[in-house]
Parts: sequence; structure tokens; C-alpha cells
Amino acid sequence: MASQETDLGDLPLFAATKKVYPQSVSGPYRRAKWIILALCLGVYYLLPFLRWDRGPNLPDQAVLLDIANARFYFFFIEIWPQEVYYFTGLLILAAFILFMMNAVAGRVWCGYLCPQTVWTDLFLVVERFFEGDRRERIKLDEGPWTPNKIWRKSAKHFVWLMIAWWTGGAWVLYFADAPTLVRDLATLQAPFTAYAFIAILTFTTYALAGIMREQVCNYMCPWPRIQAALTDDDALNVTYRYDRGDPRVSLRQAERLRAKNEPAGDCIDCRQCVAVCPTGIDIRDGAQLDCIQCGLCIDACDNVMEKISRPKGLIGYDTDDNVKRRIAGEKPVYNPLRLRTMIYAALILLVGGAMVYQLATRRTVELSVLHDRAPLFVLLSDGSIRNAYTIRILNKRPDERPVALRVHGVPGLRIEAVGVTATADLRPIVSVPPDTSREVRVLVTVPADVHVNPTQTITFTASDLFAGEVVTVQDHFIAP
Amino acid sequence: MAQHQVHHEVDAHTGVPTTGHEWDGIRELNTPLPRWWLGIFYATIVWSVGYWVVYPAWPLITGATQGVIGYASRIEIAKDLALLQQHRATQSSGLAEASLAQIKADPSLFRIAMAQGKAAFGDNCAACHGVGGAGSKGYPNLNDDDWLWGGTLDQIHLTLQHGVRVAGNNDTRVSQMPAFGKDGLLKPAEIRAVANHVRELAGLPTEASADLTKGRELFATNCAACHGDAGKGNKELGAPNLTDAISLYGMDLASLTETIANSRAGVMPAWGPRLDATTVKALTIYVHSLGGGQ
Repeated sequence: MASQETDLGDLPLFAATKKVYPQSVSGPYRRAKWIILALCLGVYYLLPFLRWDRGPNLPDQAVLLDIANARFYFFFIEIWPQEVYYFTGLLILAAFILFMMNAVAGRVWCGYLCPQTVWTDLFLVVERFFEGDRRERIKLDEGPWTPNKIWRKSAKHFVWLMIAWWTGGAWVLYFADAPTLVRDLATLQAPFTAYAFIAILTFTTYALAGIMREQVCNYMCPWPRIQAALTDDDALNVTYRYDRGDPRVSLRQAERLRAKNEPAGDCIDCRQCVAVCPTGIDIRDGAQLDCIQCGLCIDACDNVMEKISRPKGLIGYDTDDNVKRRIAGEKPVYNPLRLRTMIYAALILLVGGAMVYQLATRRTVELSVLHDRAPLFVLLSDGSIRNAYTIRILNKRPDERPVALRVHGVPGLRIEAVGVTATADLRPIVSVPPDTSREVRVLVTVPADVHVNPTQTITFTASDLFAGEVVTVQDHFIAP
Repeated sequence: MAQHQVHHEVDAHTGVPTTGHEWDGIRELNTPLPRWWLGIFYATIVWSVGYWVVYPAWPLITGATQGVIGYASRIEIAKDLALLQQHRATQSSGLAEASLAQIKADPSLFRIAMAQGKAAFGDNCAACHGVGGAGSKGYPNLNDDDWLWGGTLDQIHLTLQHGVRVAGNNDTRVSQMPAFGKDGLLKPAEIRAVANHVRELAGLPTEASADLTKGRELFATNCAACHGDAGKGNKELGAPNLTDAISLYGMDLASLTETIANSRAGVMPAWGPRLDATTVKALTIYVHSLGGGQ
């Protein structure tokens, strides 16, 4: 590879920020982005206020992360800390859905759904409202600090901070009863943590969506790097069709060239695609790391094509292979159903199915048994042998439940629970308070005349006397 | 002196300057960091100097720099411990007022007593009685239903409070089995006869040559006063039941002979003067709950 020698002196330590002034645009992609933005923000800000009746002992907030009581509520689902694998499942599912979107149509997440994109879009609306569109903003920035400029700039930053503040404010509402917390926040009664988190999120929202914007995607986010490694030749990407666009000439020259039957591209080099780009790149340079594939350049280009009466779609969702095929006179090939997407779809179904199955067959009574480590067994004065166990019974229902304990596996086994006096047919009845667990020490005794092996499997059964739910756990009985 | 000038190649393909580093013909492009990133990086370096000033940092010959805010992790631990004591005080005030029977009957008091008792047992009792009170030869298993001095709440509490054979404690559990051999009360052949009779009482096989009649007679005159005619023991005197399946020092002939000849006198400290009243109560509840409580 040839290289040219230049005297640059010392290399620069940093790259100065090139400010991007995205221009407003209209079209189907922009419209889709508005709808997604409204939905995402609507859900984010309003969801904490949605109520969901769970009965008298439990909170009635539809989505609540109750850290103090270690419970997560999501509509009809209540997750205990030991069920955190549901979150693992959700994260795995999210990863596969991300890969799937990427395999079908590139960076759909980045362009439409990522909070960074959604909030940056929202902040840009505010910026345009106070400072005007691209040209006015560039002019304003270049101009001197007039009262007009000061007013516009400070109004913009004020509204940004307000939005950022509401963003942080909505965040903490997911961790406590929202209406109560709003009242407490307003009357300065809320815990310090709430204010601290609001402050942190106000700062991050303001900095990420207002000031850093595309730099978050370019420098901070790992996904563009991972995405580049995951993509393949069949994934649709926002693509400039240079087979149609090049050579780029002016509208008038194109007409002249076409009249002479000479090649002329549809791209008139109007740079509208660059002006509207929120990351300030030129899509005509091909696929690149900085491109979040939001499709706004498609809208911008289609609008221009319509004006100059050329077919739309000079920039569109396509693949580089298809561009090459067109040049070679072949038909474009689209493979949304290929091995990769099918494997992703299968994995999504598998993980999702496993989670739904797990949730559907989830028990509301659980039993865990822990054999005493020391002593392993106890010889009683009449020669019978006793093992002790620590048993924990979980009650995931909002009402107190009596649970009967039974054990079998060795003839003549006796079971008693320390501190539990209630029994039925010699089975101890342990009353477990609502939405919590109770630990009891359980003594299991084999009479002296029954022969037991040094290690014997026995089965504990906990039966909920109200709902009839039964759980069994196997453990060992140890003898000399 | 010539001015320092570095010549950097510009990569023709990308137009980006290179750093001048080259490996096997592969040149590294210079892609500089954004200014804000570099600014934060430098700021963190400056910030880190603050730790030297604020916190204990530099080792000196006999100590270390103390830091201006007087922070030390030991102080934090002392604070945490004080907080724990305070927390325990409020929790265990319930234990202090309630009787042992009330604690056992009240689920929340019982839970606190169990937690506190378990911790105190590990700290004070497990050294002899083993983790979980499993015991060993000479140290009673606290899980079984055989008690030398009684297994009711009050009996356990008394034993814990005043100990066993504690010199100078008027309420301590005390009894003394004579050392029949050492003190010349019985001859070796007589000791053998008594040992065989004790095995007979426990339902264990005896030596064919043993004089069981003599053993029975000797037992009746020397041992029955404390252990009872049938060897069932007496908790008032700490005399063990010799007929059950449990023994503290072993029921084999050699162990029995040694016990009769030299006597046994296990000692347990009195915990009343060493621990506070609620801890002794909590220990009582815990030991009682291990499985042998009566």
C-alpha cells in the first residue's frame, strides 16, 4: 500500500468535537420514529402510575422494584430474589432479539429504539424550537453573543434540564409507590437516595442526550463494534445505491448527459442526506461505524427524488451484494429467511418458551431442606436414631398458609418440628405468614428396631392445607 | 541543537496519520480520543492525588499518613459494632423481660433467642461441645435426650448459669464419684466384677469368667446410692443412667474399668458471670431446641 510522507509535527492528543447540526426532515421513517418516540416515552413516564390490584397485603403498583422488601412486581408476576434467573432469561432473550433485528435489518435498535436515540430526538425537537433548523443554528453559533442568542440558548438548556429532571424523576418512581413518592418529593419528605438518583439521572440525561449525543454511540457504546462483527452480507442496511447514484452530477448536467445517452447518476450531490444525519456522516461513503441506521437520509433523499421526478429509493434498506448484482445486471436477492435468522428465531422461541413454561408451572409454596452438618445423626437413649434438618418453607401468596410436613422413605419414621405444637395425624402443621418464608428445625427419628443403611434417601413433603399445593424434596437420612 | 521534528506517515487509504509504530508491515493509525474524554482522564489523575491527602495512604517507618478527615477502617468497624450492640439491646430487651417459657411460646422472641443463642454457642460452647452441640467423649452431646443434670429449660439454664463443678460457685452442679481403684475402695478383681455388672445392666454382653453375682452385690453397696438399684441414674446428683444406649465415657470394659478405678469429673465453666443474662437465656433456648429439650 502506498503512503505519503507528511510533516505533521507532533500528533494531536485529542480529536476536537465536530458539532453536528441535524436538519429536520419528514417522511415515513421520520413518522415511524415519532410514533416509537411517543410510545417509548409514554410508557417510561406513565407506567409507574398504572395500578394493579394484588390484594390487601401487597402493593398495587403494576411495575415496582421493591428493593427494601426484595420483591419485583410486574403486573401479575411477583419475583423473589432467588428467582433472579427470570432476569437472566430476559437479558438472554433481549440479546437474541437484538441479534435477530441486526440479522434482518441492521441497527434497528440504534436507529429507532435505543434510549440514546429517543432522548436525543426529543432534545433536538427542543433545540429546533428555540434555535431554529440547521442553518439558523449554524448561524446562531457563529454569530456574536447577542441578547437574542443568550435568551435562545438559555431557554433551550432550561427546557433540556427540565426534561432531564423528569427523566430522573420517573426513574425513581419504579422503586417506590409512585403517587406517594411524588407527594413526598414535592414536600421534601422523600428519602435522600431518591433525590440523589434524580440528580444523577438528570445529569446523565442532560449530558448524554443534550451534549454528547452521537459521541455516546461512537465512543462509549460497545454495540457498534459487536454489531460490525455479527452482521453478514444478507442483512439489510441503510445503503446508498451507487449503481444508480454514480456518477454524481448536477440536475442540469444529468439531463444533458442523458440526452447524449451517456451515463449520469441520480445523485445530484445535494447533500441533504448529510444535513439530516444525526451523527453527521455521509451515507454515500458506505457502511460505517458511526451510522446508526435511523433511515432519516432515506426520507431526505426520497423527498429530493420526488422533486426531481426520479424514482425513490436511491438510499434505502438494501445490501452491498445487491448493489453489485444490479451492476452486473442480475436481480437483487433478499434472504430474510436464512439459517442465521432461523437459528435466532428458534433460540428466541426456545428461551421465551422455557421462561413461559417456568412461569406457568411456578409454585407458590417452596420447600428447601438442609441436613445438619454436625452432628450427622444422634443416638437417643432408647437406641433410636435421629437426624435433624433445617427446613425453610416459602409462601409466595398474599395470605397466611398452614403447611403440613410429612416424611417417608424408612418404615416407622417420626417427624416433629421444634417450636411447632400444631399437628394433624402426627404431622406438624407449620403456619407460614403471607409473602415470606419460615425456617423450622425438624427432627426425624427412626425407631431402634428398624434397620437403616448408613445413608438412606428420604422424601419430605410439604402440603399447603388451603390450596392443596404439594412440594416434595429428597434428602438423606444418615445412621451409624 | 536541531528542533525535534517527527515525521509521521499518512496512511494513503484512509488519509489518517499513523503513529509510526509498525509490526510486520502493519502500521497503527492514530485515532485520537475526543477532547472531553482526555479531559476527564486527566481530571481523574488529579483527583487521585486527593486520596493521598484525605485518606490514610503513605506508609511511614512506624505508621502511615493519617489523612485529614481522620478516616480509618477500624473506626468504621467500631462504629458498626456499637450500632450492632444498640440494635441488639432493643431486640433483646424482650428476652430480658420474658421468662424462658414465654420466649419459647412467642415465635418472634423465639426467633431472636435462637439467632442470638446460635451465635453465642459458636463463640463459647462449640470449643468443647462441638459445632451443633454434637459433643464427643467426655463432652455431652446436647442433641440427644439423655441429660446428666436435666433437660428442662430451667435445668439447662441453671447448668449454664453456674456450670458444673466450678470451684467457688455455691450454686454450681456438683457431685463426686469416688475413684474406687485409686483410693483403694475396691480391688482390681472387684472392679472387673462391677464393670461386668454394669454391662449386664445395659444389656451388653459380659465376660464368661465374670463373677456377676459379686458384681451385683458390690454395685448395690457402692454405686446404687447415686445410680439407683437398676442403674437408672439420678439427675439431682448428675449420676448418669447406665442402662440406656448413650454413655459419655464409653461402655466397653476398658473404659468402664478406668471410670470405676479413677472416677470421672467433667467440668463446665459457669457462664453467668461471663455472659450477660439475655445471652444465657438465649443459649438455654438454643440448647433446649437442639432436640433433647424436655
